[in-house]
Amino acid sequence: MGTNRDREVVIKVEGLTAAFDDRTILENVSFEVYKGEVFGILGGSGSGKTVLVRHVIGLYEPAAGRVSIEGQDVAAAQGEARLALLRRIGVMYQLGALFGSMTLLENVSLPLEEYTELPAEAIELVGRLKLKLVGLEGFEHHMPSELSGGMQKRAAIARAMALDPAILFLDEPSSGLDPVTAADFDQTVLRLAQTLGITVVVVTHDLASTFTICDRVIMLHKQTKGIIAEGDPHELRKTSDNPLVRHFFNREPEAEAA
Amino acid sequence: MAQLTLTAPGAATPILALAGRLDAASLGPIWAQARQALASNPDRPIVVDCARVDYCDGAGIALLVDLLRAERAPAAAVRIEGLREGFQRLLDQYDPAEFRAPPPRREISGSWIERLGRTGRSFWQGTYELITFVGEGMAAVVAALRHPRSVRWRDAILVAEEAGVNALPIVALIGFLMGVILSFQSAVAMRQFGAEIYVADLVGLAMSRELGPLMTAILLAGRSGAAFAAEIGTMKVNDEVNALATMGLDPVRFLVVPRVLAAVAMTPLLSVFAVLIGLVGGAMVMQLFEIPFYTYYLEVVNRVQLNDLMGGLFKSVVFGVLVAGIGCLRGLQTRTGAAAVGLSATSAVVTGIVLIVAVDGIFAVIFYYLDI
Repeated sequence: MGTNRDREVVIKVEGLTAAFDDRTILENVSFEVYKGEVFGILGGSGSGKTVLVRHVIGLYEPAAGRVSIEGQDVAAAQGEARLALLRRIGVMYQLGALFGSMTLLENVSLPLEEYTELPAEAIELVGRLKLKLVGLEGFEHHMPSELSGGMQKRAAIARAMALDPAILFLDEPSSGLDPVTAADFDQTVLRLAQTLGITVVVVTHDLASTFTICDRVIMLHKQTKGIIAEGDPHELRKTSDNPLVRHFFNREPEAEAA
Repeated sequence: MAQLTLTAPGAATPILALAGRLDAASLGPIWAQARQALASNPDRPIVVDCARVDYCDGAGIALLVDLLRAERAPAAAVRIEGLREGFQRLLDQYDPAEFRAPPPRREISGSWIERLGRTGRSFWQGTYELITFVGEGMAAVVAALRHPRSVRWRDAILVAEEAGVNALPIVALIGFLMGVILSFQSAVAMRQFGAEIYVADLVGLAMSRELGPLMTAILLAGRSGAAFAAEIGTMKVNDEVNALATMGLDPVRFLVVPRVLAAVAMTPLLSVFAVLIGLVGGAMVMQLFEIPFYTYYLEVVNRVQLNDLMGGLFKSVVFGVLVAGIGCLRGLQTRTGAAAVGLSATSAVVTGIVLIVAVDGIFAVIFYYLDI
């Protein structure tokens, strides 16, 4: 990890505390994400993974601390600066969040229509290519409600990638996908990260996917309300002396350790 | 920025050179030019030179696929050259021929016989669902009356609070307004005959027999009918109604009965309230016409019989059943998606108001013949 010092920092989280009313979810969390890497946020359910991502993309305001994307403070960005920031990122939500009144192709085309000058047929083709990328060719004119949960999820990934954002946030992309599609999707993420230099932040508890795609991970735990491990997932599995981390990576029950 | 140049346009193999960043933001103007260059050389092979492309995102790849998918003679094929290996791999994910035909459309056939059939079938289905719902609802209400402990009274009380107590301010406002308008408009005319005192009769009868129950029911349809439809509709969309069904809990007993009971209990109360406030509004206007409050009161009490009030209240009960029932029915009929919930809420209000008006007309005829 010695090379980290000369790499460009895209996301910087400093001393982030996330709290709702009087319930503190995360306390004093700091980490950095470098350009072009696939960065995993791991942790059991309820450990605050999704909350962390929502703070990073500016949906929630931090109770304390600071999040910046490409040097721009996320919480302070307003108006034009905020729009410029949002155009640099693509977000896939856990439950898909497709627009129910639009077909899949319209869902994927929406950001292209709003943000680019491309002619209509070009937008259609880009949309179709994105849907093909997630294996949904032939479903262009289906409504989201006509599809299975996994298919909706894949369409949501396609929509998040529509503008080829510099930073892609994926909230549990592989849950709900069958193993083959999940593996294909892992390859797609790797290809995008390697050739386009896209930075990918992925929230997951899918171990196989983590080991395949993630360059670096942080692991959250609900007891400490913070990061209990950081680094290359392969290294962590082998060398971590934290039992919580070892249990997670080796898929062992936690009760035995206590 | 992306750049495009067509070199050697007259040569046997024209070269279309792309350079710079091919990304979604900058490809807009280039796209049409590239297609134009292809179209103007229909019978010669074309080389797309990508050696100077620094960056190529999904939109750039789409442009290349678009050039490759164009249908051309084998002798006039399009060839991509010099694309960097990484970008080439992104391009290789797609087979351009696959994107030649537009994606399969799924439109309903336009034949009028088929559309007539579909309309008829959906009308029949709607009627069938309505009859089933009325039957299930009545059975559930009868069961609830025979076994009052099976009713979820806690839910019913919550609904009664939301649909009844919380509706007081708006009902009061509209009731007051009705009383004021009614008395003011009629008093101006009646003064010419020195008959201002009969305004009290008019307001009392109109409010208690017609306007009180009617306005309350319309407000209930707008407030609570829509709310029932939206709430149950969202539950339907989220599979919560299915969850109830698979737990062996009848959605009608669980969701519809508490709402209908609450509405039936609340509508007459709100209606009485609207009548009283309307009378107060009328009394205040009459002060302007120098009719003292006590005179107004005596006139109203002499003129408005218990029959008038009870007739109005009976109508209120029926309106309450209709509005709550339609709200729940439309909620349970919700298909899928956020838009469907909106449609259900709209339909609940529209159907509710239409039914209120229709049933009010029927009541007018019945009351006339019964001489109530």
